[in-house]
Formats: sequence, C-alpha cells, structure tokens
Amino acid sequence: MEELVLSLARGLGVGSTYALLGVGFVIIYRATDVINFAQPALMILGAFFASAFATQAGLPFPVAVVLAMLVLAAIGMVAERLALRPMVGRPSFSAATVTVGLFIMLLILAFRLIGPDVITVGDPWGLTTVGILGFEVFAVDLAKIVISLVAIAAVGLFLTRSRVGLAMRATALDQETALAQGIKVGRMFGLSWGISAGLAALAGVLISTGATGVDATIALVALKALPVIILGGLDSIKGSVIAGLVIGVAESLTKTYQPEYAPWLGANFDLIVPYLIMIVVLMVRPYGLYGTKEVLRV
Amino acid sequence: MSTTQAPEHLSRRDRRRSRTTLRGRPLLYTRYADEMAVFNTSTKRTWVVVLIAAMLVLPFALERDMVSLVSTVFVFAIGGIGLNLLTGYAGQVSLGHAFFLGLGAYTAAVLGGEQDGDVIGLGLDMAIWLPLAGLVPAAVGLAVAPLAARVRGLYLAILTLGLVFIGEHFFKEADSITGGAGVGRAPAEPVFLGVDLFVNREILGVRVDRFTVFYFTCFVIFLLLAFAARNLTRSRFGRAFAAVRDRDIAAEVMGVPLLRTKTLAFGVSSFYAGIAGALLSIIVGRITPENWNLFLSIDFLAVVFIGGVATISGSILGAVFVVMLPKLVEELSVYVPIAGGVGSGAPFTVFQLQTLIFGLLIVLFLVLEPRGLYGLWVRIRNYFKAWPFSY
Repeated sequence: MEELVLSLARGLGVGSTYALLGVGFVIIYRATDVINFAQPALMILGAFFASAFATQAGLPFPVAVVLAMLVLAAIGMVAERLALRPMVGRPSFSAATVTVGLFIMLLILAFRLIGPDVITVGDPWGLTTVGILGFEVFAVDLAKIVISLVAIAAVGLFLTRSRVGLAMRATALDQETALAQGIKVGRMFGLSWGISAGLAALAGVLISTGATGVDATIALVALKALPVIILGGLDSIKGSVIAGLVIGVAESLTKTYQPEYAPWLGANFDLIVPYLIMIVVLMVRPYGLYGTKEVLRV
Repeated sequence: MSTTQAPEHLSRRDRRRSRTTLRGRPLLYTRYADEMAVFNTSTKRTWVVVLIAAMLVLPFALERDMVSLVSTVFVFAIGGIGLNLLTGYAGQVSLGHAFFLGLGAYTAAVLGGEQDGDVIGLGLDMAIWLPLAGLVPAAVGLAVAPLAARVRGLYLAILTLGLVFIGEHFFKEADSITGGAGVGRAPAEPVFLGVDLFVNREILGVRVDRFTVFYFTCFVIFLLLAFAARNLTRSRFGRAFAAVRDRDIAAEVMGVPLLRTKTLAFGVSSFYAGIAGALLSIIVGRITPENWNLFLSIDFLAVVFIGGVATISGSILGAVFVVMLPKLVEELSVYVPIAGGVGSGAPFTVFQLQTLIFGLLIVLFLVLEPRGLYGLWVRIRNYFKAWPFSY
C-alpha cells in the first residue's frame, strides 16, 4: 500500500510537469498551428539558467526560477520572431520542421552550457518527506503538483480573464478577423512562444529537482509531453492537464510493478509506456480526449 | 527502363528526327513522353553519364577513408531518397526513419552475419539478405501505414517519433538479435553469390582495396535505387503521392485512394531505409541499438530539407552535404579553433558543431530557400539561362 501511494505521488508529480509542458505545446499550437518540437530544448535551457542563478549567482531559489522563466520567455520570443514568423502562411509541417532545427541547435547549446557534470538546480526540497493521511511521500512530488497546477491555473486565468488573453484567443480562433479588430497578431504569436517557453523552463526546473539534477538527457523526458497532447487533444488545455496526470501515473505504476509482474517486457519499459498509450489513442480516438475534430474542406 | 513509348505510327527514323529537332531548342517538346522522360534534356543525359564516369574513377584518386566516406554518401542518398519519397513527394513527415534503418541493419545482420555466442547469425548470401533487408522494414512499414494513414501532418510526425523510441527499446531488449544495449554486434557479411565484396582484390592487374570494392557495391545499388525512385515519381503512383501531399481531400475526391497511396509511400520509403541501414551497418563495422536514435532521423530529415524537397537529385546533393560536413568541420578546425576534441579548449566538439550547423541550415533553408540546395542550383541555372538578361 505504501508502495502504491509513493508511486502514485511520484506519478502525479511527474505527470503535472508533463501537463505543464503539454500546456506549452497547446498554447503554441492554438496560436500558430505549429507543434513546437523545440520545447524540450527550451526546457533544459530553463533548468540550466535556474541552476546558474541559484547555485552560481547565489540567488534565492524562487527568484532564480522566475528569472530563468523570464530569460527563456525572451529566448522563445526571439526564436519565434527570427525563425517562425517568416513561416507564417507556409504549410504547417514546414514550420514544424523549422522547430526541429531549432530543437537540435538549442539542445547542443544546452549540452555545451551544462558540460559533462550533473549540476543541481538548488531546490529546497531534496529528499525530505511529508506525512499525508498517514503516508510518507516526498515533498518534491507535492511541490511539483502544486506549483504546476498553480502555474497552469494562472495561465488559464490570464487567457480567459485578461484583455491580452482575450486577444490571444481571438487570434487562435481566426487570425484575419483578429487583425481586422486591431489585434497585433504577430505580437500574439510572440507572446504565445514566450508563455510556453516560460512554462517549459518551469517544467525543466521541476523535473530537475530532488535527486535528479540537470542532465542533458532530461530533454528526452520532455518529448513525453507529445503523447500527453495527443491523449488530451492538440488544442485543449484541460485535456493536456488530465492527460499529463494520466500518463505520469501510468508510467510511474509501470515502473513500480512491471519488473515484478511482467519482467519479460524488459528493463526500463516504463519509458515507452507513454508512446504505447499514444499509439492506442491514435487508433481509437485520433483527436484525443478533448481535442476539436478537424473539419476540412477542399 | 524504356522511357519514351513512341506511338505506333512513328517509324524509328521519325523518332530520331524528332530528337534532332530538339537540339538547340531544349524546351521544345513535341510529345508528352519527351517531357516526362527521365532525361528530358540532352544536357541532363550528358551530365549524368559524365558524373557516373567520374564516380567510377574517383575511388582511385582518393585516400582510403575518403573512399569510405563517399560510400557513406551513397548510403545516405539511398536513405534520403526513401525519406524524400515519403516526406517530399507524399507529404508525410516522418521522424521514424532511423527505426527502419535499424530494422534493415538487423535483418541483414541476422541473415547474413555470423553466429557469435548467443547472437544469431545465419551466414546467408548477400543475394538473400540484401533484398530481405529492404523487404522486412517494408513489411513493417506497411503494417504501420494504416495507423499512419489515419492521422495527418503533425500527428504523423509525433507518431513516428514514438516509433523511434519504441523501436530503440525493443532493439535494446532483443539481445539475441542486436547484442544488447551498449554491446552491439557485427553486421552482415557482404558476400554476393559467393564473391566477398569486402576484401582486397586484383582486377585486371589493378590492385583494388576492399573499401573500393565496397564503394562500387554501394554505387551500383545506389544507381539502381535512384533510377527506380525517379521512375516511380514519374508514374501514376508518383503523381498520386504529389496529389495526396498537395491536398489529400481533393486527391480523394478525384479518385486517388488515400489509404493505398500513403501505405505505398510508407512501404517504399521503409524499403529504401532498410537497404540503407544494411549497407550503413557494414560501413560502420559494429552496430549497437543506440545507433538508431532520433538524431539519425534528424540527419535524414536534414538530407531531405537541405537537399531539396521532392527532388531525387536534391536528396543526392543533401546526402553529399550531410555526410561531408563533419569531415569539412574537422579539416577546418585545424585552422579555425572553434571545434576540437574534449580538453582542446575549443568551444565545441566536432559532433556538436556539426549538429549545430545542421540545425541552423535546416532553419535557414526552410525560411530562405524552401527548395534547398536543388533550389539554389535552379536559381543559378536560370540566371545563366537568361544571361545576359537578369530576368
């Protein structure tokens, strides 16, 4: 039972960071119809900057995280302006391929900055545990869940309640009409990239907390946000939150129980569980749980 | 490969005359078949012959490691053409090419490699393993295709991305086939109908080393597959690919079967990938499950997008570029201290710099010249075509 609770907590913790990444993908997809394959690289850069601010510059952890998010938001906006803006009006797969190019450039940059050693983000949680309902769970898992959900809720409120958020939603709905209403559509694109790069940075910090540390290979973790958005639906924020948690828990439970009950599936089978779920979803329900079914005309 | 199907009423002499009237007026086509021909201008024909001749002499003028590198170019060109058929012509973006390359390499290794402890190797002839190295991935491609045909565009890119990770996992787990993670195994033996294609030979009194022998092997396979691809794109199926790419619903309305076309594109592309994987494994010499990862897929995307989307010659240019770039970076790093080994004080390693340049070029080409290197060539050609007028 204790094992189950621990692994549920871990799953929800990891899942909420997936949700955070997934929301980033969704925001960009809604604004520009592009899947941003550069998200993992932005994430790992975010973790690096947080680490640099917290451990090298000696800033308090929350300040370092916010600064890292701002730096990444700036990087995201610059990348959008330079590489993605010229692609407006081109087929969306060309634009997506541009983000693949960005991905490997930023990833190499991150490898270079991080270097061969594992660095820590200097988070205050470490391996401490908290007792909840008589069970000991890691504080870091709770922190991941709370911080991610608060951040997503903040973005949700911004999109639904603020004037700029309204403009962003209008842009997502119909770019030309939005333009006709005096909305600066290009700025909205930049803003979406900024927000989602900031969220990616936060996710990067959260994934690198605890015993993990910032390691270049966590970029592959971020790619698991892709199954998340497939399960949740490419254009649904609610979907990606739910799907993130589902996939996180599924992965974590597999990690705990698969070596015991199904060892023939091999070591590290949990790593591919998200992709298997994704394939099943694509077969059964290609537009995910909450995605809008695409309506096309010739 | 008869390309011009002459109408029955034209005698052989008439046909020859129609070709002579072409001379000096390269853009005058009197029949559709002429325009659709593999070599629709005589310049093209001449240059292809010249290039083939040059390629036959080349290995004798190069050092050994360069010969291997050019063989790698051929292999990348084969894989690149395969991906271009799928991504460029049929418009189905695939990040899963590396998986199919791996599948081909392991099919070849199991059938044509040697038994080594627990690692299976049947030691069959290349005449058996080479076709199968293409057919097995093609069969898997066909099995995946119905799934892929359900989803479009970006969904497909994500799906194929998943394929790379799932594939890598199974390659790591199947110890008896792949040797296991981090260990790897030896590739297939290139023995074709009893003749070993990877030993030093004496041909007509000329000593030909094994790298050169294998160079010619790759070259012949590459030529066959490149011409086959060029012909495929001119056929009914090639036009169906383009129709599906440009507007799939419109294509379906006009009677192009979507599922069948996408399935075919996947199958053919996987076939090419399998052959490329099998040959690549022989050049590399030892293969581990980690070889077939996302970065290899991105390398092939780079071949397609840097070379030129939906042109066969573009893929060849792209392959030359992608394979030669690391060498170039390495050579230049002697003069420009920007890349070097660990501890040399240079800001990047050669691998990092090369990957960085790939990424940059994919972005630059897509933004500035979506037709890739081939598009640059077309610009240069058109400039001289109109010379001395600039328009």
